[in-house]
Parts: sequence; C-alpha cells; structure tokens
Amino acid sequence: MELADIGKTFRRLDYETKVTGKAQYLADMQVPGMCHGKILRSPLPHARIKSIDTSKALKVAGVLAVITRDDILHDEGIEPYYGPVFKDQTIVAVEKVRHVGDPVAAVAALDTDAAEEALRLIDVEYEELPAVLDVHQALKPGATLVHESVRIPESGFADLAELKPVEGTNICTHFRLNRGDIQRGFAESDHIFEDTFTLPATQHCFLETHACIASVEPGGRITVWATTQNPFVVRTQLANIFKVPVSKVRVIVPYLGGGYGGKVYPKVEPITVALAQKAGRAVRVVLSREEVFYTITKHAAVIRMKTGVKKDGTLLARECEIHLDTGAYAEIGPRVAKKSGYTAAGPYKIPNLKIDSYSVYTNKPPAGAFRGFGVSQSAWAVESQMDIIAAALKMDPLDLRKQNGYNEGDKFVTEETLRAIGLKECLDEVAKSIGWEKHGARSREQRAGNGSLRRGKGLACMIKATITPSISCAVVKLNEDASLSIYTGTVEMGQGSETVLAQIAGKELGIPLQAIQVLGVDTDVVPYDLTTSSSRSTFHMGKAVQLAAQDIMHQLKQIVVKEYGVPEDKVTFADGKIRLPETQLNYAEVMFKRFGMQGGTLVGDGQVKTLVKDEFGEKSTSAFWFVAAGAAEVEVDLDTGKFKLIEYATAVDVGKAINPLGCRQQLGGAVITGIGQAMFEEIAYDNGQLINPNLVDYVLPSLGDMPPVIDPICVEVPDRNGPFGAKGIGESALIPVAPAIANAIYDAVGVRIKDLPLKAEKIYLALEEQKGKL
Amino acid sequence: MKKTISLRVNGSERSVEVEPRTTLLDLVREQFNLTGAKLGCDIQVCGACTLLLDGKPVSACSVLAVDTEGCEVLTIEGLSNKDALHPIQEAFMEFGALQCGYCTSGFILTAKALLDEIPRPTDEQIRDYLAGNFCRCGCYQEIMQAIKNVRG
Repeated sequence: MELADIGKTFRRLDYETKVTGKAQYLADMQVPGMCHGKILRSPLPHARIKSIDTSKALKVAGVLAVITRDDILHDEGIEPYYGPVFKDQTIVAVEKVRHVGDPVAAVAALDTDAAEEALRLIDVEYEELPAVLDVHQALKPGATLVHESVRIPESGFADLAELKPVEGTNICTHFRLNRGDIQRGFAESDHIFEDTFTLPATQHCFLETHACIASVEPGGRITVWATTQNPFVVRTQLANIFKVPVSKVRVIVPYLGGGYGGKVYPKVEPITVALAQKAGRAVRVVLSREEVFYTITKHAAVIRMKTGVKKDGTLLARECEIHLDTGAYAEIGPRVAKKSGYTAAGPYKIPNLKIDSYSVYTNKPPAGAFRGFGVSQSAWAVESQMDIIAAALKMDPLDLRKQNGYNEGDKFVTEETLRAIGLKECLDEVAKSIGWEKHGARSREQRAGNGSLRRGKGLACMIKATITPSISCAVVKLNEDASLSIYTGTVEMGQGSETVLAQIAGKELGIPLQAIQVLGVDTDVVPYDLTTSSSRSTFHMGKAVQLAAQDIMHQLKQIVVKEYGVPEDKVTFADGKIRLPETQLNYAEVMFKRFGMQGGTLVGDGQVKTLVKDEFGEKSTSAFWFVAAGAAEVEVDLDTGKFKLIEYATAVDVGKAINPLGCRQQLGGAVITGIGQAMFEEIAYDNGQLINPNLVDYVLPSLGDMPPVIDPICVEVPDRNGPFGAKGIGESALIPVAPAIANAIYDAVGVRIKDLPLKAEKIYLALEEQKGKL
Repeated sequence: MKKTISLRVNGSERSVEVEPRTTLLDLVREQFNLTGAKLGCDIQVCGACTLLLDGKPVSACSVLAVDTEGCEVLTIEGLSNKDALHPIQEAFMEFGALQCGYCTSGFILTAKALLDEIPRPTDEQIRDYLAGNFCRCGCYQEIMQAIKNVRG
C-alpha cells in the first residue's frame, strides 16, 4: 500500500460514501422516539408582541409541546439571552420581533403536518413599530432603536473586548484604526479620490439547510446532532443557555452539506433543545429553504473611501468609513466589521490611515460570517478604487498594485511584521495566465470584437487574516496493528479536511491512508477545537495532528530505548519502520513488545494555540496571512450592457499544497461563489419583507454561467508555523472575483460600476450616460 | 385517503400505501429509507432530489408518488452493484467532482441520463443538460471533466 504523502493528490476519504448516496447528513438521520419541530416566525420587521395564545394549537392531535416566551422567561433552568458577542438573541422573541422571520414560537409534534397545523393556530397579537431597513435609516438621529439596550456577556472573545454597542443608537460596534497623520497625508498627496461603493446582502445557500436533532435526558444531559461548523462553540452556548456544565452537553456533527460561514455559532440548536426539553423526547427540526434566508445572511455594506496618491502612484493616505448592515442581532457582525476595517487599506502600504468600521443594527435578518468575512466587502471598494486611480494616473493597474503591495517583512496596518507573503507572485501568475497586456498596449477600439462586443481584462488582489487567538487540539491513536485513528473537532463540510489531516499524520508516521480513520465529530470524544472556519483548519488542526503524530513517535522511541536497550540517538524513523543500528522494527512489533500481547493503544496529543503575540514577541492579529489575486477577461455588449465572463484566473498563496487537487477544488469553488456574488446574487427586500427567499428568485450560478476555463494556481510561499508550510485557503480565491470583473468591464467599455451585483441594466444605464443620452 | 401503488425501485417490485399528496422524494426517503436524494429547494430548481423515472431525470420533490404507478425508479443507491461502482461514480471521484456531496447523487443520476441519451456529448450539451443541478461548492469544472472522461 502506498504511504501517505504531502504535495500529492490522494482520493478523498469521504468520496466513496458520498458518491454512493450512503453518507448520512443530518436530515437523513433519525433517533428512536423522535418527533418533529416547526417554528412560527414573525411576519413583521419590527413589532411589540402584545399577546400569544397557544390554546388552540395545543389541542391539535399529535402536538406534544409548544414553546413561547413564557417558557424561557419563567424557567429557572434557562438563561433566555445568548449570542456569540453580545447577548441580544433569545430562543424565541420575548418583547419584540426585530425582523421578518424572527422566531416567535415553536411546536413539537408527532409529525410535521400536526406541527404545521398547530403553528397556524397560534394567535399572536402584534403592535407594529416603525422599522429601520438600511444603515442610512438606522443611523439617522432619533431613529427607531432595534435594541433599547444590549446585554454584554461577562467574558467574551479577547479580540472583540474593546467593542461595545453605542447606547441610544443603532450602532452595534465601531472599530477604529488610525495610523500616521491623516491630514498631512492628504496635504502631501497630488490627487485625491473619493468614491462610495455598495454591495447587497446575499445568502450562503448551502444545499443542506440548517437542521438539528436534540434530546434531553431526565438528568438534564443534552445531546444534539447539529449542522454546525463550530461544535464546541455551540456546546458552550447551549451549556450557558440551559445552565449545565459543558460536559453535560454532547454535540455530534455529521458531514455537512456545505457551510461557507453560514453554520457557525448557534442557529437552530437552542430552539430544538428547548422543544426537546418540553416535549420530553427527541425532536428534529429541519429548516425550509425560506427559513434559511431568515436565519443568516452576508452583510450588505456601504463603503466611503477617500484616498490620497502621489503623482507616481504611491498611496499616501486613506480615510474610509464602512457601514455593515448586521441586521437584527449582532451575531458575529462585530468581528466582521473589525476585519473589514483591518483590510480597508487592502494589501497595500499606506502610511496614513483613518478607518472607521461600523456594524449597524437594522430590522433585517441577522448577518454574520460568509466566506470572505468582511474582506469581500472591503476588497470590493479597495480593488475597484485601485483601478480608478490607475486610470486617472494612466498607470498600468498591475504595476500600481505591485508598486504599493506588501513585500516580505513589511508592516501591516497594525504595525506587525508580515511574513510569508506571496502577493506579487499571485499577481504575476494571474496576469500571465490571462495574457495581461500593459496599460495602453492596445486601445479599446483595437480590442473590439464583432459588432457591439468589446473585450477587457481586469485584476484584483487581497490579504486576509485568520481568527487569532484560537485553539485546536488533536488526538491520534496508534492501534495494535499499526493503524491510526484521528480524533479532531474539524468538521468535514466539503473542504476535504479528513483527507488532509490523514495525509499529515500518515506522512509523519509513514502509514498508508487506507490504514487511517478520521473520526466524525462528537464533543464527547474529540478534543477541543474553536471552529472550522476562517480558513484555519489545515494550518491549526493540521499542525495539531502533526504534533500528535510526533508525540506517538516519541513514545515509540522511548519504548524501543527501554525494551531493546538501544541509545535514543540511534533510533530513527523511515517509511513506517523504526530503524535501529542492526535491524528495523515495525510499529506492531513495538506495540506487542510494550503490551506483551496483541492489544493496547498509544495516544498522541497535539495542541495548537495561537496568541495575540507571536514567537518574536510581536503583535499578531493573525496566526498567518493569506493573499490571493484574480484576473478576469470579459466581453461586454455595448448595446445591451450584457457581459460574458470569457476567462478567469485565480492564484492563491497556499503555503504548501498538501492535496493539490483539493486545493484546486477550493480555489475553483470559491471563484464560482465569487461569480455569483459579482454577477447576480442579491437578497431583495420590500419594506423589510424578503421577496426572493427561494432558489428561483435568488439566482445561483449553474454550469451555464461558468467561463469555459477557470485556472486555479497554487503559489507556495511556506509559512514557518504551518504543517509542512501550509496556510489556509478556503476563502481567499473568492474575494478578488467581483472587483476583477468590474475592472475588466471598465477596461472593455469604460464604465465604472460601484454597486454589486454587476447586472446588465446597471452597465447599460452607465453606457447610456457615457454616451450623453441620460 | 391512502392509495396503494406499485412501482419498481432499483429493480425491485414495491407495493406501497401513500397519501395522494406524498411526493416521490418523501416516498423514497421516508418509506424506502433511500436517503441519497436530498431536499434542497423544494421547488424543482436545484436538482439535489433528482431521480431517474423510467430513465429520465425528474425532481422528486415535485413529483407525486401516486403518479409513479407502474414506473421504474432509479436512485443513487441502485446505480452501483456490490462489486463495482458505476463508471460515472468512479469518474466523479477521480476528477474531484464533489466537495460536500449534497448535490452529488443528483448530478450523477442526471449525468447517467445524459450519457444514456447522448454517449459522446459536447461541452455545450453537458452544460445544457446539467443546467438544472446546482453545486454550491462550485465543482462545475471538475464535474465537466468527470462527465467527459467517463470510461466504459
């Protein structure tokens, strides 16, 4: 059998069960005695609840339990308020509903028909309140408040400790970043550019909707099967809500049908547990597609960006105000806003900065993590404005980026040193891939296609951080037959983590993948991991698994030294064997020697914790940095504004591609998501009502929207702390897509679209305006 | 008012009582415990619930079970036999045509119908035929490659 290796494509360990339809996702699972839960949701964006009458609902045959605010407010065993940053969420609405779709009540019944019937019979009397439906309205003096006050938890995330809601306003958080002397920076600039960029809320649209099965034993022990990317965070939140130690909460996570950030932090779990508790039996809740749109979205944003530039293209000063619409609940919006603020300077050296990034409450469904986490928003502005600057200065957009872009050892806006930054390599790779032509090499007319068709090319790049500080722990067990079991909290949601973790452990120990089992996630069994998000698992959990494998090697060595009397420095490992001066031993022989029979287990432990300071004592806002570039070629029809994506190239500094095909999948997939965000995805509202919460009216990219070629390129600048040099890559390729396409459209026809998505009608209207017709 | 219907599922004769409003998807998932087909959108656009009904792909979320009387239904569970996977399944694994796997059974069954109808499809034909299946992880490029390289 072939030994595991690094930098080589292996067939993914999760594939056979998936292609045969045998893989069990949450909605495929049943537990004995399970009943079904459904949620009653607010029809109004903002209202006070005057009364809730459940008497008729309780009479429906098959109904086992109904929960309303009365159940969570008057139960000593329930803390009604929760949330990852601020405790502004409740299991069901208490005083007010704050967005259309806000949960008001829930029913558990023997079948879903009875549960739905009961929902229809719950009478809720509302007193409608004025609603704030966008950040402009929300920030007006005297605006209606979404939250009159917000509960701050006693202990929270270290990196968000300084961020608090601004009392008497709808400002959820305000992150500030000041650097240098902003006035002087503008005074010394030859040109000043001021633009406002906007982008709408979008939805993750994982094909698997959020779902949960919960059961509560008489002693209070809680078990949930959850569609979550961070089981340990869900465990903590459930322990707080239901007032039990974390050891009394067990979270089991099957394969996820996609996550993309939309399955971090509690979603449907608290309400399912409350139902199970009241019903006295296991309850399954599976959200409908429409309900998913009410559960979590990506932040819409308004970004005002003012940049001072020297004649030669040197960026000198930037003032930037970012308003992120975080919806009715903070969720993880405060961190999204902070990350947007950090990257408002992009991957560029700008000595003078004044950045203000706000998360703002509105009466819309909550916004939270979405692949790209705030950087998709800031990069849309940064990278669009880079091309506006290049055009005004008649500079080549690639040269302008490379002139200002970060090099190895440069200081980030936080004054920390950037290491392992393959930004320029990524830019050069994508430029080469799409045949980048120097600015002005050929005029637009020379590049014209047939009739009204015009072609253009554009590029964009980005830098992103990973969540820091954080923790990943891993346990690796060596079994008596020299096979390996890997225990981690990393959730396999499609990214290929099982295979990569097995490759890392297998490479260290010299074991074939076929002899390695990566266990499913169960918080009773696997050690702590903060989260499967923020592109962090290969770096953090990969390293933890590597350390755990090395721990086993250390133990094996100690056994050999003791049992065979060989000096430690004469014991080496190669290809799954232990080499001694005279002979070699396989692991099973050593295990037999240690335990005296065929049996026993060696347990390896690996722990990774990242801190706000690195090993050099320097500030560290990110355990590693990841950079990427993208380049697009488009063909725009001057008559209609319609455009086609002809080609797209993406290059990401992956550090080290552990499983190259897996890397290319992540890069290509992120580009497809980016294409959707760039070209058509948008949640549409009418007076606070979502008008497209379904997959007909909310359009997803399909095969027909694909450019003929997407070229994913892995640049490898190894990170000193990553396993075999690897960094995280999940989010990186998505971020440059929208600005690269917008820049290509500008290159083709000379119109600048500053509002996503890049719909034909916007391009058409801009073309008409350009012709002087409007 | 339940009705008894007879149909063939993955080659086996089945006779079953269904409500007139039961969908084919609920029938196979809940009564036959064949959960490879998934509910994604519930309105016949995402393709995650695709099954082959008399060899043609249908969105099982929007087909009534009572309308399948006498039909032959193929689900992903019936595609391979014990000894070997179907060549399309092999190709999907070889070319990395899936990530989370939630759309996979729908894609593979639709691809089977396509290749049964057009053994050597052009890129354009593949794009058209599979336009009704969404892969939110974005494995489209790999799916194209897999279908073009199905052996056997």
